[in-house]
Amino acid sequence: MRALAVAFALLSGAAYGQALAPFQIEDGEIRASLTGQPGDPARGRAIVGERQKGLCLLCHKGPFPETPFQGDLAPTLNGVGARLSEGALRLRMVDGANVNPQTIMPAYYRVDGLTRVAPALRGKPLLNAQEIEDVVAYLLTLKDGDAPGRLK
Amino acid sequence: MWRNARIALAVALTTTCAAAQDARKSGSAYMGPDTQAMQADDQANPGMLSALDGEALWNAPQGVTGKSCASCHGDATTSMKGVAARYPAFDAAHGAPVDLAGRINLCREANQQAPALSREGREAIGLATYIGLQSRGMPVAPPDDARLAPFRQKGQALYTQRMGQLNFSCAQCHDDNAGGHLGAAPIPQAHPTGYPLYRLEWQATGSLQRRFRNCMAGVRAEPFSYGSAEFIALELYLMDRAKGMAVETPAVRP
Ligand code: HEC
Ligand code: HEC
Repeated sequence: MRALAVAFALLSGAAYGQALAPFQIEDGEIRASLTGQPGDPARGRAIVGERQKGLCLLCHKGPFPETPFQGDLAPTLNGVGARLSEGALRLRMVDGANVNPQTIMPAYYRVDGLTRVAPALRGKPLLNAQEIEDVVAYLLTLKDGDAPGRLK
Repeated sequence: MWRNARIALAVALTTTCAAAQDARKSGSAYMGPDTQAMQADDQANPGMLSALDGEALWNAPQGVTGKSCASCHGDATTSMKGVAARYPAFDAAHGAPVDLAGRINLCREANQQAPALSREGREAIGLATYIGLQSRGMPVAPPDDARLAPFRQKGQALYTQRMGQLNFSCAQCHDDNAGGHLGAAPIPQAHPTGYPLYRLEWQATGSLQRRFRNCMAGVRAEPFSYGSAEFIALELYLMDRAKGMAVETPAVRP
């Protein structure tokens, strides 16, 4: 009986993915860390630079000299840590639609309100809470750089 | 509300553009000169090999009836001229539009009594490429058939529907961000004028629906299946959007 309940719990875990950590949006910010811990900027940089994981450089440019082809659909990440507060960056990462409902930037920490998600990915956010915190910690280090704007 | 305003604006813009100057561009306009040269030269264009496959099959007796396509349609260079430019077309027997690949299979089953071809297989792609080649250079000419209108509208709705884990619509890339770059890839306007085409990344000639499936997988959506009503609706909408543009089959893409 107990074994069955455990198996069932595992199964539904696989089917519905991990539950999202709760968060609160105030004045365009999510102030508290999703994990209760500060993120690691070095791990954050690796996520942002990794094409299959962060996808960021498909749209944004940033200080990644090792990545030759960066997209031009979004503002540069250079200097973003000076332009936006930690809480505003976190909200952007979690779900930018809260700032701009028409945004093309994917919500990295959202699982509902989506259509025809590939079956293996249903119920899973693009990044987990720890990864969001790592990326936010990295973005906060980007204090100087070009003026923001669309680099078309 | 916002969407209606946007559609109205798009319609207004389209009308103005058509009157002033056509801003539509084939995907080949976004390619490097080497790939453009490969498409332009029939000796170098690997899609022409698929057309040759198709020509052989056009003339080959098939199925229980032992008839070839040529037995009924004669010389494809005359009988198939302009056909690909006006597909998908309404099929009264099914009460729904069929695309060219679907029409080929209907003919195989009914008239040759041969098994349907697998859509992405060498034979089906060959026949569609050979038939498409007979329209090369001709303007895309969607049929003026009122029965197609609801299907075309469904295609437009799908085109503007956000999908997948990345939550993108086709329109967000191909209307709003065409000409921009997704990483290294220039985003084309998604005109269906070159299909079937040879894609270097595929190392093969493939269909428009294969391209659709690539884009859907790219946004981490569950792709519609080959031959589905959804894909035919999308193709109907895109062919209408490309009305008057030149057919390029077989094109080459990176
Ligand atoms: C598909 C495109 C796309 C991807 C992928 C993407 N973004 Fe964005 N991002 C945008 C756009 C477009 C904006 C501009 C604001 C808007 O439209 O919402 C933006 C805005 C931002 C901003 C605010 C910038 C400012 O100056 O206000 C930050 C920070 C940001 N993105 C970080 C990231 C990070 C980090 C990743 C990857 C983990 C990422 N983005 C992935 C498209 C994208
Ligand atoms: C996130 C951006 C994005 C989205 C969303 C997207 N596409 Fe694409 N599409 C591309 C890119 C980039 C290419 C160019 C090929 C390449 O390099 O992958 C392309 C190519 C195409 C082409 C080929 C055009 C040619 O000249 O051969 C068609 C047709 C197309 N897309 C249709 C669609 C449809 C239909 C949808 C929605 C179901 C869609 N796309 C969604 C980015 C996108």
